[in-house]
Amino acid sequence: MREGMLSRLGLSTTQTKGSLAGWIIALLPLSFFVFFCTLIEPVAMGEPIRISYPWIPSLGVELSFLIDGLSLLFALIISGVGTFIIIYAGGYLAGHHQIGHMYTYLILFMISMLGLVLSDNIISLFVFWELTSITSYLLIGFKHEYQDSRYSALQALLVTGAGGLVLLAGLILLGVVGGSWQLSELFGRGEAIQDHELYLPMLILVLIGAFTKSAQFPFHFWLPNAMAAPTPVSAYLHSATMVKAGVFLLARLTPVLGGTSTWFFILTIVGGITMVMGAFLAIFRTDLKSILAYTTINGLGTLVFLLGLGTELAIEAAIVFLMVHSLYKGALFMVAGSVDHETGTRDIRELGGLGKYMPITAVAGGLAALSMMGMPPFLGFVGKEIIYKSAFGVAEHHMFLIMLAVLAMAFVGKVLTGVSAGLVTVSPFLGSKTTTPKNPHEAPISMWLGPVVLSALGLLLGLSVAFSKGLQDMIVAPAMGAVLHEHEVHAKLALWYGTEPETLMVFGLSMLTIVAAIGIYIRGRGTFASISQRVTMPWNAEQGYQFALNGMQSLARWQTRVLQHGYLQGYLLVVAMTLAGFGGLAFFSQVGLVAPVWSPQFPMVHEWLIAGMMLVATVLTIRLDSLLGAIVALGVVGYAVALIFILYAAPDLAITQFSIETLTVILFVLVLYRRQTITHLLEEEIARDSPAKRIRDLLIAGSVGVFITSIMLAITSEPLVSELKHFFAEESVPHGKGHNVVNVILIDFRGLDTMGEITVLGVAAIGVYSLIKLWFARDAENNTS
Amino acid sequence: MKISFSVILSTATYYLLPLMLLFSVYLLFRGHNEPGGGFVGGLMASAAFGLEMIAYGVNSARRELRVHPTTLIGTGLLVAVSSGFFALFEDQPFMTAQWWYDEKLPVIGKPGSPMMFDIGVYLLVIGIVSLILFSLADETEQIQEA
Repeated sequence: MREGMLSRLGLSTTQTKGSLAGWIIALLPLSFFVFFCTLIEPVAMGEPIRISYPWIPSLGVELSFLIDGLSLLFALIISGVGTFIIIYAGGYLAGHHQIGHMYTYLILFMISMLGLVLSDNIISLFVFWELTSITSYLLIGFKHEYQDSRYSALQALLVTGAGGLVLLAGLILLGVVGGSWQLSELFGRGEAIQDHELYLPMLILVLIGAFTKSAQFPFHFWLPNAMAAPTPVSAYLHSATMVKAGVFLLARLTPVLGGTSTWFFILTIVGGITMVMGAFLAIFRTDLKSILAYTTINGLGTLVFLLGLGTELAIEAAIVFLMVHSLYKGALFMVAGSVDHETGTRDIRELGGLGKYMPITAVAGGLAALSMMGMPPFLGFVGKEIIYKSAFGVAEHHMFLIMLAVLAMAFVGKVLTGVSAGLVTVSPFLGSKTTTPKNPHEAPISMWLGPVVLSALGLLLGLSVAFSKGLQDMIVAPAMGAVLHEHEVHAKLALWYGTEPETLMVFGLSMLTIVAAIGIYIRGRGTFASISQRVTMPWNAEQGYQFALNGMQSLARWQTRVLQHGYLQGYLLVVAMTLAGFGGLAFFSQVGLVAPVWSPQFPMVHEWLIAGMMLVATVLTIRLDSLLGAIVALGVVGYAVALIFILYAAPDLAITQFSIETLTVILFVLVLYRRQTITHLLEEEIARDSPAKRIRDLLIAGSVGVFITSIMLAITSEPLVSELKHFFAEESVPHGKGHNVVNVILIDFRGLDTMGEITVLGVAAIGVYSLIKLWFARDAENNTS
Repeated sequence: MKISFSVILSTATYYLLPLMLLFSVYLLFRGHNEPGGGFVGGLMASAAFGLEMIAYGVNSARRELRVHPTTLIGTGLLVAVSSGFFALFEDQPFMTAQWWYDEKLPVIGKPGSPMMFDIGVYLLVIGIVSLILFSLADETEQIQEA
């Protein structure tokens, strides 16, 4: 009985290992959403809320949050859509062996994205920005068994990551020029920053960062490829939230950087191209997700375009369209995922008549598509009207011709979006049933709940503007106020604005858009797909990416070949020559030759002995014919050095030196031993270099020797004055509680350095280990073949 | 490594190994006041295992070490890094020395986070050196047998 109930709710225990978890995990974003809802009223009524924790105070980095109308709207979208995405992922990936990873990444992403939009400090904003890139990488590459998943994930990471670095440069310029790292303080300094001579480079750097993230032309190509991700990811990151981070940044920085003519032209041109291109390319696709990806590019272009226009109406249009887009696009992506999940294909040429089998999903898709087309009384219609209104409004500030161009771009973009809306819903759900890889049936509740709620919201919010001012006063106006940095901002949303000629013109254009979209759809739906197969672009932006990537790789290969040639002798030569050359140049030009100062105390007999032992061993190292003999002689040099350490009161060094020398000899022997038996090794003669080479080596070794000796002489000729020595000697017992100063320095005073060193050591050891394994494996292969 | 038994070496190792290990621990703990410390102690301990390896072969040395060297590297790093966190509970900067007992204990010395750090270094050094020694010797042995 209970089993039956559960399965009817889409929660049957057989299929849903991990799906139930989705419902529980979704409580987290849901609680965020509820929390942010409680903030709507205080933010709309009064001042923005600031919360701040010190993070790296010495660098001015704070973990500070700014909750105003704009960040709150984004936070609501992120947590609200996130709730349904988590539930949806539970159904979509039910039974997948790595579904736990998916939940983890999604939650990590959500937190990073919330951090990004709520940050007040531009450095912490940047950190969160990069975190979203990384989680996006993990999510796109979720199906890491597939080559194209990995390729797309890497591409998205490289494009957004490179953009992120550029953005960092821009943000640092902004912080330095503006004199503050807090956005809330920078808002008031917009004019001073725009008059600064670094304004243009700063603006361009920031814009490149935003454009890569928000897939603007010519960086748009990564977004369609990112569709290799599972559908919940595409719905969440690559349409509703992450790709809007660039748009968010532009909106956030509008009071600081916006309003100049450079801003206006770059944003409207790039945004306009992206808008039209995205909409145009979308209609030639046959993959549901691909169509949606290109219309997302169109949506992002629209937002950038509107922010570029920058008038009060345009900002209002951007805010409303932001909501419209997140609602319908999130819903449509989930619908596309459900279709794929239940039929086994996403190709619109293979889909048809699904409405009968998946009625709930079909209704949700239909509602979302109507909002996308801008049909009254959907929120999409409200948004479209304001976009046209703001386009007409351009005439007040700019030439009539610019107004026409703006209007034309907006119109074309909207019409083609409408056509795409038909392609993704009418074609699959209406018409006659086709045969699909799987027999279609309705998706489980976890997979239709999200689309239904989001698309219904698109309708209900649209209807609500007719009889309530809630949306415009509580959400839209505070967000506009934040973008424009003004307190008294009024938004006006309506389904019907009256019968003045101007509003009638807007309404007429809006209706014309719908009619044109329907017309083009009916005339062209069969032919778009075949056109795209015949026409191939001679060049596209992705090839540019490939070209740059290949270029970088061959550069790396070239410099590795030149510098990392693998000949130990060569490395040593470079190191020794650099030391003797540059070091010697600096030393002899600054200090000059130093005459040795004979200490009044004549060296004792045992000191002579040690020195003599060292000399003999050195000569033996060079002259001995036996390899093993040379190694042992080298060890003797090391021991002699250790003896000197003992004589001059450095026992710590001495012990270490002894141990190291011993181990080095063992290592040497082990490396050589693997080829010969020990008797061979004893007899093995060192191959002699040619006389010319040996003279070269002599010269280099000689100059290093002269350099080091001169330094030693220079140091000992001066009395040793060191404040550090006293400091450590005095502080060692009271603070370090140890009498061995060397050890106290190592593990206490400079403990952080030691920690870094041992970490490097550990990593290096693992590297050495794998190299040894590789080396022997290759040898073994050569021996057998 | 083909074990060319030298009776002298293997007998000496039999007695030297525990002594060297004891000595390495002694070096580790005395390090705070006298010459010594985690690094030297670790080198001494790995030399002991190196001796075992030469006398009885790498497999025997590996058995004596009981855990895989990489485990030692990881554990050592973890111990060393986590010793820094105690200061955070006292609202002090990361890695500020914390002392847990003000009297000097026999042999061990004053217990506190620096000692813990040194123990981490000790383990890590043993892990690193024996990892490299063993893997080199390992392959040598196989080639000799083949």
